[in-house]
Amino acid sequence: MKNFSLLSVRAGTLFFSPAAALVGAFVIVPFFWVIFVSFTNRTLLGKTALNPEFVGFDNYVALFNMETFFTRGQFGFSLILTIQFVLLSALIGQALLGMILAWLLQSTPKYVKVFSESAVIVAWILPEVVIGFAWFAFLDYDNGTLNMLTTALGLEPGDWLLDNPFWVIVFFNTWRGAAFSMMLFNSAFASLPPSYFQAADVAGATSFQKFKDIALPLIKGHVVTDLILITMWTFNVFTPFLLTQGGPSYRTELLSIYTYRVAFKDFEFGKGAAVGVVIMLINLAFALFYLRIAKQKHKGAE
Amino acid sequence: MTLSFQQILSRISFSVLAALIGICFALPLIWFLFAPFNARAELGLEIPSPFTLKNFFTVFENTFAMRGLLNSFIQSIGGVVLVGFAATLAAYALSRSDIPGKKSITYLLLLFSSVVSGSAAMVPIFLIVSKLGLIDTHVAVILVFAGGLLPTAMFILRDFIDGIPKSYEESAMVAGASSMQAFRDVALPVIRPGIVVVVVWAFVNIWGSFLIPFILLRSDELMPASVAIYSFYSEAGTPIVTLLAAYALIYSFPVISLYLFVNWKFGFRFFGGIKA
Repeated sequence: MKNFSLLSVRAGTLFFSPAAALVGAFVIVPFFWVIFVSFTNRTLLGKTALNPEFVGFDNYVALFNMETFFTRGQFGFSLILTIQFVLLSALIGQALLGMILAWLLQSTPKYVKVFSESAVIVAWILPEVVIGFAWFAFLDYDNGTLNMLTTALGLEPGDWLLDNPFWVIVFFNTWRGAAFSMMLFNSAFASLPPSYFQAADVAGATSFQKFKDIALPLIKGHVVTDLILITMWTFNVFTPFLLTQGGPSYRTELLSIYTYRVAFKDFEFGKGAAVGVVIMLINLAFALFYLRIAKQKHKGAE
Repeated sequence: MTLSFQQILSRISFSVLAALIGICFALPLIWFLFAPFNARAELGLEIPSPFTLKNFFTVFENTFAMRGLLNSFIQSIGGVVLVGFAATLAAYALSRSDIPGKKSITYLLLLFSSVVSGSAAMVPIFLIVSKLGLIDTHVAVILVFAGGLLPTAMFILRDFIDGIPKSYEESAMVAGASSMQAFRDVALPVIRPGIVVVVVWAFVNIWGSFLIPFILLRSDELMPASVAIYSFYSEAGTPIVTLLAAYALIYSFPVISLYLFVNWKFGFRFFGGIKA
């Protein structure tokens, strides 16, 4: 029976070919092409649109030009901004808030659980443009819900998008993505044997002790998975564009938005491609790390 | 089990805290819950009096808005059909045939698909689509999404098919069925729930997407609803809030109902892990 094959190699190849063609053309070719374009001075319009010249590492040298590196609207500024954005909105915001929510919701009455869980999940499933529009209204200086609240509490209304645009997108992204971490930790907590906690209850442990000494060490693997995934997603996210367009004056220009501006507003494709290559390298590091851990976990499970 | 005073106190504070976080999450959307039903809606929070569906009728009469929804629908359905078809065949091949190197194929595809994100690849995707002469067409959007979503779709389906005993098809083939018949008549009906999940996931992804149609399409006639909504509120000074709020709610409806459907049918977990 060993050679009894359900699908011959020829049929298998045939089955595989439509997917291979599509992934090849729109994932794998772009991967190599972006590297190629990043070494040219290709533009969207003009002479170099048709006959781009090979310029070696010029685009990369321009990106890493230390004189302007940290200036607003330059590559270095966007890179550092993106790192801060990932740290604050994904690692601290989404993961921590998701963890707290998942832990709290285990022991709350059903109606509180359903309400809070739904609110968090709705923020996550609605299309990004709808979210952008809702926040646009929420933050409106004259009439928005947020300023209505601050005025009601006796505080000064704020022009949030103008005065604190970076913190707006940090809160925005935390709000938008906390659901994933909450759901992941939710199922992680649910997989722990209840007897562990009963024993701790008998010993009179507080909820925080149970969390710190029993739950957290046991779900370490889930935490690592969560952190890598949300880091990768947040690093590549384009959604804040829908709220701030990268402004005012480049103060919320994350790398993804920077790439878009350089390539499609300033029409410098070569430079935009170079940024794309840097983004891919960073993605690659995270992805390799993640796949290694996933593999180890898989082996551990067998 | 009797609870001590302290335990009761901690339970109450847990509930209050959880409810407060829930309220904070709901705040930015409360306005969006009322405005579509208010004929005089502005950006301020106001309970409509009376509740009206007038805004929705205005949207239904607006040809530009309706064309946007139709375009979203064309692009999503096109992408979904392509992803469903190609992913099913490919996942079946990866699970059941002995094509060489299938383990590394899956590994490589996953790696590529997480490295080549929309923000990293927007330049070459634009260039490839222009080279193919497909800029400003539905086909461009459909093909780009199919390529981008396929690796994950294949991975999910391959896992699903791996979980089905081979003996199903083996017994059919022992009884004289060809491998095509075994695939079509035996395996396919069993795989169907997996295909439904992948198809719903792909639909939600394309329906809600902004960046790809935003850079690949130019003419108003082809814009999906996402790009239309964005241009309404970002460009035109003060947006027509009543129309836009109702339009955004209509546009969100398929996503919410599909989510509820999947949640009801399969539970959270499928949706949880696989959002791109």
